[in-house]
Amino acid sequence: MNGALNGNEFFLDPSRCIGCQACVQACAECGTHRGQSMIHLEYVHRPTGVQTAPVVCMHCEDPTCARVCPADAIKQDDHGIVHSAAKPRCVACSNCVIACPFGVPKMKVELDLMMKCDMCYDRTSVGKKPMCATVCPSGALYYGPREYIEKHRREEPVNEFQFGRQTVRTKVNMMTAPEMKALPFEVLDFLPWEGKDFDPFELSRAGAPDAAGAAVWDEAGFGERCSGNCTCH
Amino acid sequence: MATLTLPEEKYIELYGPTLAHTPAGGWNNGEPDKLVKTHCCFCGVQCGIQLKVKDNKVIGFEPWDEFPVNQGKLCPKGVKRYMQNDHPDRLLTPLMRNESGFRAAGWYEAMHKTANAIKEIQGKHGKDAFAFLGGASMTNEKAYLNGKFARIALQTANIDYNGRLCMVAAGSANRMAFGVDRAANPWSDIPLAKVIILTGTNLAECFPILTDYVWRARDAGAKIIVIDPRITPIGRTADLFLPVRPGRDSALANGILHVMIERGWIDEKFIAEHTSDFDKVRELVKRYTPEVTEKITGVPAKSIIAAAEMWGPAETSMLLHARGIEHHTKGTENVLTYINLVLATGRIGKPGCGYGTITGQGNGQGGREHGQRCNQLPGGRDISKPEHREFIAEFWGIPEPELPKVGLTACEIIDAIERGEIKGLLSISFNPLVSIPDSERTRKALEKLEFFGCIDFFLSETARYADVVLAGSLQEEDEGTVTTGEGRCVRLRNSVSPPENARVDWKIICELAELLGKEKFFKYKNAGEIFTELTAASKGGPIDYSGMTYEKIENNMGVFWPCPAPDHPGTPRLFEGGKFHHPDGRAKFHAYEYRPPAEDVDAEFPIFFTTGRVVSQYLSGTQTRRIGGLVDQYPEPLCEMHPLLAAKLGITDRDLVKVTTRRGEITVPAQVVKTIRPDTVFIPYHWPGKKAANLVTNRALDPISKIPEFKVCACRVEKVADAPVKTSGAWQPIALKSK
Repeated sequence: MNGALNGNEFFLDPSRCIGCQACVQACAECGTHRGQSMIHLEYVHRPTGVQTAPVVCMHCEDPTCARVCPADAIKQDDHGIVHSAAKPRCVACSNCVIACPFGVPKMKVELDLMMKCDMCYDRTSVGKKPMCATVCPSGALYYGPREYIEKHRREEPVNEFQFGRQTVRTKVNMMTAPEMKALPFEVLDFLPWEGKDFDPFELSRAGAPDAAGAAVWDEAGFGERCSGNCTCH
Repeated sequence: MATLTLPEEKYIELYGPTLAHTPAGGWNNGEPDKLVKTHCCFCGVQCGIQLKVKDNKVIGFEPWDEFPVNQGKLCPKGVKRYMQNDHPDRLLTPLMRNESGFRAAGWYEAMHKTANAIKEIQGKHGKDAFAFLGGASMTNEKAYLNGKFARIALQTANIDYNGRLCMVAAGSANRMAFGVDRAANPWSDIPLAKVIILTGTNLAECFPILTDYVWRARDAGAKIIVIDPRITPIGRTADLFLPVRPGRDSALANGILHVMIERGWIDEKFIAEHTSDFDKVRELVKRYTPEVTEKITGVPAKSIIAAAEMWGPAETSMLLHARGIEHHTKGTENVLTYINLVLATGRIGKPGCGYGTITGQGNGQGGREHGQRCNQLPGGRDISKPEHREFIAEFWGIPEPELPKVGLTACEIIDAIERGEIKGLLSISFNPLVSIPDSERTRKALEKLEFFGCIDFFLSETARYADVVLAGSLQEEDEGTVTTGEGRCVRLRNSVSPPENARVDWKIICELAELLGKEKFFKYKNAGEIFTELTAASKGGPIDYSGMTYEKIENNMGVFWPCPAPDHPGTPRLFEGGKFHHPDGRAKFHAYEYRPPAEDVDAEFPIFFTTGRVVSQYLSGTQTRRIGGLVDQYPEPLCEMHPLLAAKLGITDRDLVKVTTRRGEITVPAQVVKTIRPDTVFIPYHWPGKKAANLVTNRALDPISKIPEFKVCACRVEKVADAPVKTSGAWQPIALKSK
């Protein structure tokens, strides 16, 4: 199945993503894309965190986008690459946009055309890596041999997804936390103000410790007590 | 008086920033004539990149997989960096100021005007009344040349550079602790570490490529500790996150060391054999119990203990920091207290064990090595040391008494201009109106200059105040070397020649020296000859490049200094075997009691203000605010604040908010997010004019390094207008609520 890709596969690990958009910017620079990026990157929920998710086409074995296309505009080639809608056929109905379980295709309204990632076929077919996976500074997008991933990565690849009763198998692998080692904890647990009535003006009230000009070391105020967790007393 | 003659909009119309969205020749620009293996023009990582060149224009890029540091990886700035070439805003000819802004001028006229102004001001007010400001985005060759030009041609003591705003606190601390100023380890040591402390570094946004090094360490089981008032992308998945209150860094480091000492997680043997002054630190940190430290820093005591538990007994470790702990009036002290954490464990100078400051500017390392600083001569020599002065004076062939003494630092030069003591200024690759704290004072200073000459390739906001603008060169229009944040000297290749009537920077400097009657000291045929001279000048100095040649650098994908002989391979890792660079061979501990920032919160200004960078912009934005794709990604500054604070102030997301400090005010949209301390607001600093974060920051300086306190001051925040109503399209996509 990976003949044309020389045994290389695509691995996607959102836990490594830093939201820098190098992938999106680089996609637009790919020879045949002419300034149009075929992928996108979203904040999961910026008000609560900086987690981002790079969205490249997963290249499903049985692509839902192609199944729902009324114009038969989306084609899968012999190597399993699912291509952008063919311009002469695409009727810009957005069926694929709605149907894709991964939220991949985008309707380019100005072009009346659905465009999406084709795994940089112009590069991968001549032995180069896709532009996005080449530049990705954090390794959230990786293109290369599976052995590298198995040897070096903490997370493990899966390419089977269950959406209700639909099982979707994809060419692109999603990295997930290994079964026995769950991700350690929420970073919010470290924040003393979470779930409490934290006063942001604590320091600026008159007489507050550590305010401007006040003695930093107020022995009477908080002295040399210790938690007992360390062995200083 | 150099007040502006045009309204701001007119300068923007004439000189930009104009947004470049397409490459030279458009997207169908065809096959390149050649691919040039060189480096990115932005941060201190200096990623390898191949520029596509056609018809003397850079038309695109291709990743350079073989360069070992980034292996083809690039951040968005690197991807789009080529679009600064063939840019509509590019200065193509010298400009001279007139009543309607600027007029194009010939080189003869512009250069003579500049040279005559220098002579006149110095004749009337003395040599030091004319200052030179350089930059750390330029090559080693230009950094060396700038220093030599200022000392021999201008004969002024007052030369400094924008690295003074960048990492000088780390430089001072490194010299005080280790006797040398360089990151101790190559970045390839990061993945070998079992614990990594990242303190005051928004590493994923400012040095994106290094993220992969950290994640590789994590894959191998490393624990990551991130210390920052904001949850940055690298902090998001940290094993331990310490949300430090702005300006409290040295207290936190002292507190962690307290627990390490009490638990016995220090290397007494290493301390006894390879360091001095630990006893003072041991005594000092006794008072920094977890509870006391919590009170000062706002970091929970249990997290402080957890940090010590991770860091203390680790097998291997790296501690990395950037501007977050350096941009303080106690920047040097902050860095030294964190270095104490490294020295106390003895984990330095070994594979996977060490320390480094991550330099921000492209040549932040090399730019601070070759004599471009007011207190420094080539080879990292000290301008106040008689034997160093003798060596360089003899090397240059001038009498030692003619070599100027130590001068003022960058911010002090701006202060002295404001006071009327410095009357003339020549600056290159420096945009102080955007980059120095307290912008209104910088503006007033610029208005006072009797003569201001600028060498640059775009008309920066500062250059609008110039009497003469000399059209210089982009990074890809010259060649030379830069030294990256890990101390690796790499080769920049010439891709294209400067367009039309623009000139290569170093040739402008040399010609100016000639007009000042010093041509015999500046007879270079190419950048290579300057490099050969600077390596010879560095011989035997604290920073020794004397074994380097262009060929050697190219063949080895860079050479780490010290490299003191032609057959020397360079030194990727410093301090192996516990050998430090002080005369006694030992590293020094420094005991610093925590002290508050120059301006702390109070009833009138109750909220901490801090600033920093976003991934898609670079420094003062002179280059990156002209590249469309990068501007689209983060078009204007936002004021990040926690919902707890926003609620108390009656602010919702995207409301316009006014942030006021004792120096000024700035009005920007709010971004209400839980990724920042509730007592702190953050605005990135890449924008000019009314959007400049430096309108409100505090120009108080670290007494040792003279770095300004960008990272903490006190402000007040108020809502001035509702968020603009969002116009909705006819077909709103169905939004699936996340739980």
